[in-house]
Amino acid sequence: MAGPIFEVENLRAHYLTRFGQKIQAVDGVSFSLKPGEILGIAGESGSGKTTLVSACMGLYIPPLHLSSGDVRIEGRSIIGMDIETNRRDILGKKISMIPQGALNSLNPTRKVKDLSTDMILSHDESAEKKQIYSRLRERFEKLGMPADEVLNAYPVQLPAGMKQRVVIGISTLLDPRVVIADEPTSALDVSTQKAVIRLLFELMDQGIIGSMLFITHELPLLRHVSNNIAVMYAGEFVELGNIQQIIFDPRQPYTKALMGSMLSAGQKPVAIEGAPPNLANPIEGCRFAERCPIARPDCRTTRQAIRIVENRQVRCQYAE
Amino acid sequence: MPSEPKFEAQHLSRSYGHGNRRFFAVKNLNFTIPNKDVVSVVGQSGCGKTVLAKLLLRLETPTSGCLLFDGKPIAQERDPRNHWRSVQAVFQDPFSAFNQFFTIRAQLKSSFKLFRQKPSREEMDARVDAALLAVNIEPREIEGKYPFELSGGQMQRMLLARIFILRPEVLIADEPTSMVDACSRASILEYLLKLKKELDMTIVFVTHDIGLACYISNSIFIMHQGEIVEQGPPELVTGSPTSEVTKQLLADIPDVHREWLRREASK
Repeated sequence: MAGPIFEVENLRAHYLTRFGQKIQAVDGVSFSLKPGEILGIAGESGSGKTTLVSACMGLYIPPLHLSSGDVRIEGRSIIGMDIETNRRDILGKKISMIPQGALNSLNPTRKVKDLSTDMILSHDESAEKKQIYSRLRERFEKLGMPADEVLNAYPVQLPAGMKQRVVIGISTLLDPRVVIADEPTSALDVSTQKAVIRLLFELMDQGIIGSMLFITHELPLLRHVSNNIAVMYAGEFVELGNIQQIIFDPRQPYTKALMGSMLSAGQKPVAIEGAPPNLANPIEGCRFAERCPIARPDCRTTRQAIRIVENRQVRCQYAE
Repeated sequence: MPSEPKFEAQHLSRSYGHGNRRFFAVKNLNFTIPNKDVVSVVGQSGCGKTVLAKLLLRLETPTSGCLLFDGKPIAQERDPRNHWRSVQAVFQDPFSAFNQFFTIRAQLKSSFKLFRQKPSREEMDARVDAALLAVNIEPREIEGKYPFELSGGQMQRMLLARIFILRPEVLIADEPTSMVDACSRASILEYLLKLKKELDMTIVFVTHDIGLACYISNSIFIMHQGEIVEQGPPELVTGSPTSEVTKQLLADIPDVHREWLRREASK
């Protein structure tokens, strides 16, 4: 097997507010994706999932700034590239994103085909307009959508599930190696959700996309979608392992609490007491210490490092 | 059924447009919602759940048929506020439910306007504080704060605090947990059940997640294209579904303990 196609090494990113406050939203995240792998990232709202997405794509638009770390796609670093080059050569071609509010990310005043044509032209100026349409048709048909009907429609004429599929279709037009799906199903009902996941799998099986980063707070969904799961809390990965380990045998206290708050048959969901820490204030010790049931005094003073416990990464000194 | 129905619908319909383009959002519904029951309305997007919720809230008027509340037709009285004193709602998106330009406390206090007799200022403050504590928020945590300064989960709890203040007989909850993450969802459900216990109210819970509906309610309506296709207690609806729609809905929830979607190729 080839090496990883996507590597993130000790990535740290922060927001700088108008008042000079520094908010470390992503702090020391490392992972890598092999071809064909799907990594799920789970976490509460405000845990830095979406910031991690921008950081992984090399899109540092103020107030977001890179603190340190490296992101490599197929061995090539995309950090330090100027934003125009990044937009033209990397985004869409190498790495692409399926946005969170996909239902609102299509321009309502333009037909789907015009929008998709723009997408191709902005990356490949030599493309012929006529060929583009047939290329679009071919792709949309391959993905099981009524191509002519969809391409000639305005976004408002499409139902929610179809819109989401169109967004996925457009963002994978240029066969990106890595796709980041940022809560692609959170605004959809359960049946549409299933159709969207099926479409993503099809894209992978047909080799249109290489590997995927799937971000959501729905753990039951992740169990069916990804190979590995990383749990994020306050800007850090607190546990990373395969599905079996994370869902059925969590070790880190936060992962345990997160699993407990899930609704499943015959089990009462238990909410996690308290709120995530404010990242504007620097935290010395473990970030979960305030809410942790097994916290000891030294948890609040020493920063937790990643340990390997039974083939998985755990950020807790007392987890076993 | 032990008590008389709170809501009763007879051939209730609501349509939009006319002629060829007439579209029935809610079509010929017949149902009763017993007093002090928790009823869930489950269905896909666009099946008419929200329209039904709005009809119950008197935010929409039926085009035909009638809807009885406590045995009286809903739209009879001129002043809808009478209805709103006993029927209140929690909506899906807490951020669009609050005005961005006023502090949260001011908005919670303004809900007292609905009462015929406004209590004294001290009493209002005390009751707002009590309601905030009921949803586990320290009153000074939100002092002087505006809606955008709170997280989604906190805002959803503010909506619930409002219900603690108003103490209605019926609560209509329109997808109250679909915008918040999994951890906040557990706490929102906890408070909903607490409300039910403390105020002894009837709850109509609108959702697309049939698992959630089973957890919370003692009766479920399954809706599809404006019609109720199946209704009954949760064990019956999930245990032995008779309609295709219910089977589909059950198959579509991702569950940790069940195979959901199998990948044919590569794996």
